[in-house]
Amino acid sequence: MQTRKKYIFLTFLASWLLLFFFGGDQLRRLAFFSGRKAEARRNWPHWTDRSLLKSFAAPEELQSDGDPSLPSPRERRAARLSVYKNSRCRMETCFDFSRCEKNGFKVFTYPQERDQPLSESYSKILTSIERSRYYTPNPEEACLFILSIDTLDRDHLSGQYVRNVDEKIRGFPLWNGGRNHLIFNLYSGTWPNYTEDLGFDIGQAILAKASFYTENFRPGFDISIPLFSKDHPQRGGERGWLSQDSIPPKKKYLLVFKGKRYLTGIGSGTRNALHHIHNGKDIVSLTTCKHGKDWEKHKDTRCDKDNVDYEKFDYQELLHNSTFCIVPRGRRLGSFRFLEALQAACIPVLLSDGWELPFAEAIDWGKAAVVGNERLLLQIPSAVRCIHPERVLAFQQQTQFLWDAYFSSVDKIVHTTLEIIKDRLLPHRSRSRFLWNTLPGGLLALPDFSTHLGDFPFYYLQHGSSPSEKFTAFIRATSSAGSLSQSILRLIQAVSGSQYCAQILVLWSCEKPLPPRGTWPQTTVPLTIVQGRGKLSDRFFPYAAIQTDAVLSLDEHTSLSTSEVDFAFVVWRSFPERIVGFPSRSHFWDPEQRRWGYTSKWTNELSIVLTAAAFYHRYYHSLFTEYLPAGLRELVDGLAACEDILMNVLVAAVTKLPPIKVTQRKQHKESLPQQVKGTAGAAGGRRFSQQQDCLNQLVDWFGYMPLVSSQLRLDPVLFKDQVSVLRKKYPRLEKP
Amino acid sequence: MCASAKYNTRGPALIPRMKTKHRIYYITLFSIVLLGLIATGMFQFWPHSIESSSDWTVEKRSVHDVPVVKLPADSPIPERGDLSCRMHTCFDVYRCGFNPKNKIKVYIYSLKKYVDEYGTAVSNTISREYNELLTAISDSEFYTDDVNRACLFVPSIDVLNQNSLRIKETAQALAQLSRWDRGMNHLLFNMLPGGPPDYNTALDVPRDRALLAGGGFSTWTYRQGYDVSIPVYSPLSAEVDLPERGPGPRRYFILSSQMALHPEYRSELEALQAENGESVLILDKCTNLSDGVPAVRKRCHKNQVFDYPQVLQESTFCVVLRGARLGQAVLSDVLQAGCVPVIVADSYILPFSEVLDWKRASVVIPEEKMPEMYSILQSVPQRQIEEMQRQARWFWEAYFRSMKAIALATLQIINDRIYPYAAISYEEWNDPPAVKWSSVSNPLFLPLIPPQSQGFTAVVLTYDRVESLFRVITEVSKVPSLSKLLVVWNNQNKNPPEDSLWPKIRVPLKVVRTAENKLSNRFFPYDEIETEAVLAIDDDIIMLTSDELQFGYEVWREFPDRLVGYPGRLHLWDHEMNKWKYESEWTNEVSMVLTGAAFYHKYFNYLYTYKMPGDIKNWVDAHMNCEDIAMNFLVANVTGKSVIKVTPRKKFKCPECTAIDGLSLDQTHMVERSECINKFASVFGTMPLKVVEHRADPVLYKDDFPEKLKSFPNIGSL
Repeated sequence: MQTRKKYIFLTFLASWLLLFFFGGDQLRRLAFFSGRKAEARRNWPHWTDRSLLKSFAAPEELQSDGDPSLPSPRERRAARLSVYKNSRCRMETCFDFSRCEKNGFKVFTYPQERDQPLSESYSKILTSIERSRYYTPNPEEACLFILSIDTLDRDHLSGQYVRNVDEKIRGFPLWNGGRNHLIFNLYSGTWPNYTEDLGFDIGQAILAKASFYTENFRPGFDISIPLFSKDHPQRGGERGWLSQDSIPPKKKYLLVFKGKRYLTGIGSGTRNALHHIHNGKDIVSLTTCKHGKDWEKHKDTRCDKDNVDYEKFDYQELLHNSTFCIVPRGRRLGSFRFLEALQAACIPVLLSDGWELPFAEAIDWGKAAVVGNERLLLQIPSAVRCIHPERVLAFQQQTQFLWDAYFSSVDKIVHTTLEIIKDRLLPHRSRSRFLWNTLPGGLLALPDFSTHLGDFPFYYLQHGSSPSEKFTAFIRATSSAGSLSQSILRLIQAVSGSQYCAQILVLWSCEKPLPPRGTWPQTTVPLTIVQGRGKLSDRFFPYAAIQTDAVLSLDEHTSLSTSEVDFAFVVWRSFPERIVGFPSRSHFWDPEQRRWGYTSKWTNELSIVLTAAAFYHRYYHSLFTEYLPAGLRELVDGLAACEDILMNVLVAAVTKLPPIKVTQRKQHKESLPQQVKGTAGAAGGRRFSQQQDCLNQLVDWFGYMPLVSSQLRLDPVLFKDQVSVLRKKYPRLEKP
Repeated sequence: MCASAKYNTRGPALIPRMKTKHRIYYITLFSIVLLGLIATGMFQFWPHSIESSSDWTVEKRSVHDVPVVKLPADSPIPERGDLSCRMHTCFDVYRCGFNPKNKIKVYIYSLKKYVDEYGTAVSNTISREYNELLTAISDSEFYTDDVNRACLFVPSIDVLNQNSLRIKETAQALAQLSRWDRGMNHLLFNMLPGGPPDYNTALDVPRDRALLAGGGFSTWTYRQGYDVSIPVYSPLSAEVDLPERGPGPRRYFILSSQMALHPEYRSELEALQAENGESVLILDKCTNLSDGVPAVRKRCHKNQVFDYPQVLQESTFCVVLRGARLGQAVLSDVLQAGCVPVIVADSYILPFSEVLDWKRASVVIPEEKMPEMYSILQSVPQRQIEEMQRQARWFWEAYFRSMKAIALATLQIINDRIYPYAAISYEEWNDPPAVKWSSVSNPLFLPLIPPQSQGFTAVVLTYDRVESLFRVITEVSKVPSLSKLLVVWNNQNKNPPEDSLWPKIRVPLKVVRTAENKLSNRFFPYDEIETEAVLAIDDDIIMLTSDELQFGYEVWREFPDRLVGYPGRLHLWDHEMNKWKYESEWTNEVSMVLTGAAFYHKYFNYLYTYKMPGDIKNWVDAHMNCEDIAMNFLVANVTGKSVIKVTPRKKFKCPECTAIDGLSLDQTHMVERSECINKFASVFGTMPLKVVEHRADPVLYKDDFPEKLKSFPNIGSL
């Protein structure tokens, strides 16, 4: 018993000692943690005398921050001009704003010299500028200059490298150290370092370059553009591939990459690691070593197996079927892959550290792409898995919006570049980031019209407002009679009877002089007469007198009743971004003639609502007059009834939606004669073929067919229902 | 000591029972154990407790009691700030790691007092504002007290004002921080950079790779995507309470309140005043103030004395001109007053410009354009001015009003760079609460017309009306665009009929058996639904023709983000009862379509099941009613759009049925439905339903045109 006790105690003692010597450390930690829990976090102390602490600056120091010994503001501005040049250029030091003051933002392209070869891409860029509404052939009135020397490919190993650029530009009298010049570039530097050296001195010119490295990027001055291939379309461009908002938004693969693996050299760090995340199931990351002539020299043990796997998958198939696409840097920072993924609604996961993203001055890439970190490649799979389905769906839609708004054609890329520069000229008349990143996008939201969101037809919901409750009736009078016709009098009467009518505007587009004031009917609402200039496009001029959001566009011969007007206006308030009107037309593809057809026959579909009787937002007047180039308006002035189609095409291009047709009480004058009576007459036939021509020329200009068809018509809820007329709000619409 | 004394007092009572020879043995043994215990305890707790008591204790201490650190004259100085630094070059992102919360961890060094070799202090130990800033970080969820887990380090060395510190010594103090490592992942806060004669626009203290949150950056010193531009805090924010002023005309159009403006600016402003008279007010320092009145709280124009900052509320626009520095504390006062700042400071990087859209809250005018200021400002639409005023005030409230706000916004910006996929959106940063509340961001915002070929999935909710169910299935299966039929069998007590008994239809038919008889089962986003379009249809809706259904699907394609359905209903405000009322009469207006027969996007199933606000989902299941109204609320709330009622059809169950079908007959039912509307409106906090006066009909509906040429001839009349 005794010995047993002794042993027990000895063991006890020994274990204590053991614990003390070997377990002390752990014990200490244990104690440390429990101690931490007891006193929670060790926060920043609450000093007893914190209220006695002095402020970081005396009130006077903060309120009067001046120093009389400093040079005057004017001197300082003059001095900075000499300091901040070349690589430190900013708009205020390297750009001559005064050139843009008199004639506004005009862009001049140098005349092309015969012996100079132009790459396909560069001639597309020049064409885009010439197609833009800012183009001027006169260098005197220009604000921005574009060289005719192809500067896109500045890799001196490339066949398209133009030599002696320095000498050439120095010979240009307009060059002026590069001031107010814009230089486009897609490739700079070459193997092995791919520095961003252009091989000539750009001086004070703005550089619009692909694969821009942030360190060389002059913020607020240069512009990063996407890398695009020589096959990139001039205009229009393909639509994005997202045709449906699937939920869950997951596709077959979660994350894919298929591309080259650089074994050596710049960019190999990332490209060489991509294969690590391949899991063969939802993450497919395939690399090949095959590139360049001497790849076998650098070949490693993975290469043969990788090359076999690589051939098993098709790049396009992966692009179509993946939620996320890895867009790693290549030798340079940008790659074609970026635009490809964007178009495919495959959310780009960017692994290209230091890349100044395309148009980042305007575009919020955080809404459309995952900006990853090359160093954290291995975290990417778990990071993208954690993104909520709603966010994935929003990302996918945003890729499509951005693709379609800014990237799908060379025109859009170039015009975005120009608009970004234009916005810098008048900061108070420029687009907020919201406008750039919300449908329909910055190119279609003109800050010259307004900078207030509530003034546009697109943002009511995001802005939490609604369109104004009144409309302006805008009647075009074209009759050749010297006096007022019966129809216009009736029309004025009907329209002014609407409770929503704020004012009536008559556009007097006749050769005959204006009937005297006394002959106009008395109306309860103000009636104003505007003298037109005799052009068809006049009817879409943004007259200052139009102050309501809604415009009811009418022709002299239109016949409408007050209740039709009322109902249509109430409908328009639900669809303020669309054209809402009465007589409709439709377009179709004519496979025999291989062109678009236009018909006024009764069909089950419609894609055009005639502006002879339609509501739309007044912003479309501004868009029509200011956004469209003058050439297009001239085309419209030359063809009969083409302005209608252009307006419909324009609105469809902006909204991607069909117009809305509302109930017609009976056939309008315009829609009957053309088919029923008009076909017989030669005049009607000519008019019809002109409309057909018009449509095809517009499609050619836009680069695609923007019109969208609709199969529905909106009627009052109880329209033609077998219920008492007394219950109906719009009974007059049903009268035969 | 204390423990052994206890042992001694207790000893005699315990020990006599033992034998003497063992007594010594036991005493030795226990002593050893006890000693061991004490020694262990001492060893474990002593060094640690010394550290904690000197650095961090709960007990109150003064900033004057902090340890003093002497900096030898030759202690190392960091390199100057590297202008080429970016997150991928100068920031060690591995320290931050991947974590499910996507939050960076910030460590704050303990406060020390730095002196040079001669014992002279390097700077004021800490300013009130910097202490507030560090307190805010320490109280935030970014904070960690474990230096090993930290991703970002904030020195307690106060560099807010460059004028109150010694540059070289401060740099030396930074360099000796325990984790300095060339300033990697260190964040410095500075509001007043530079000093005479050149007034650099960034802190002159050499800081190597440290991130700088600076007030008054110019485009040449700001490292985009690396530094953070912060406001110059105005202590007046805490002192003066300016209530938000509503929209409406203000006395002055343009106001300048800054003192010590350069005479050239002042003369330009005065020229504006001379041209435009009373609407422009140029204030300056008061020269003849009586004693005791703080000069910073008064401004004068000639002999008129104005209270500052209150006077700022009297003006629509307030000029913020650069002084010796670019960043001005007056910007904060101006925003607080809800005055729209007119910023005239070329190349200035506005505070938090990485995330804030200043175009919505301010007007930036190039210095050279100052003479045109009046006309430029007049071109701003009135409605926009009101919004800018509201926006200005919101920026102040959210990001300027306290050092806490400034600190947290800065950390959030850095956090967003490190976890970009979890970043705060533009709207969250920029929309004032009122806009966040009243605006909607449609989750299906892209204008897409889904391909017709996709078709739709019909989901029929049924309990036991097999005969009627089979009729519905047969009818629906005639619709050309039907791609699948899903029967949700909500009866747990009865098995669905055998496979052979079901009608033979040309599309796949799946039966889903539910675990509980809940109405929400009809809105579950079943994997079997592979199309975007869902047709929810009750098992007794037998009147709808194939043309009507096909047309409904076509209408849905044109409005894929809306509820497109057949039975239309309305909500009304009952003025007598002061609450909402449900209306099923045939009215001229529609605000809901019942999901007894309606097309909608599958996304809304997902929303209904997982994102329905409040307790609505359970409430509906408990009451076995109003799931359709709940769906209408949900869709209207998230899209801001109205429903679309298609075709005139108003009778669905039998031709003889009255207007108000089946269930809806009795009065109690109507009361219940009205209650639902009131309940949902209170949960949503608003009435999201939109009333419209239109319905969708085929283009040629009731037109005088041969029926056989119409796409949808068979549209029933009622």
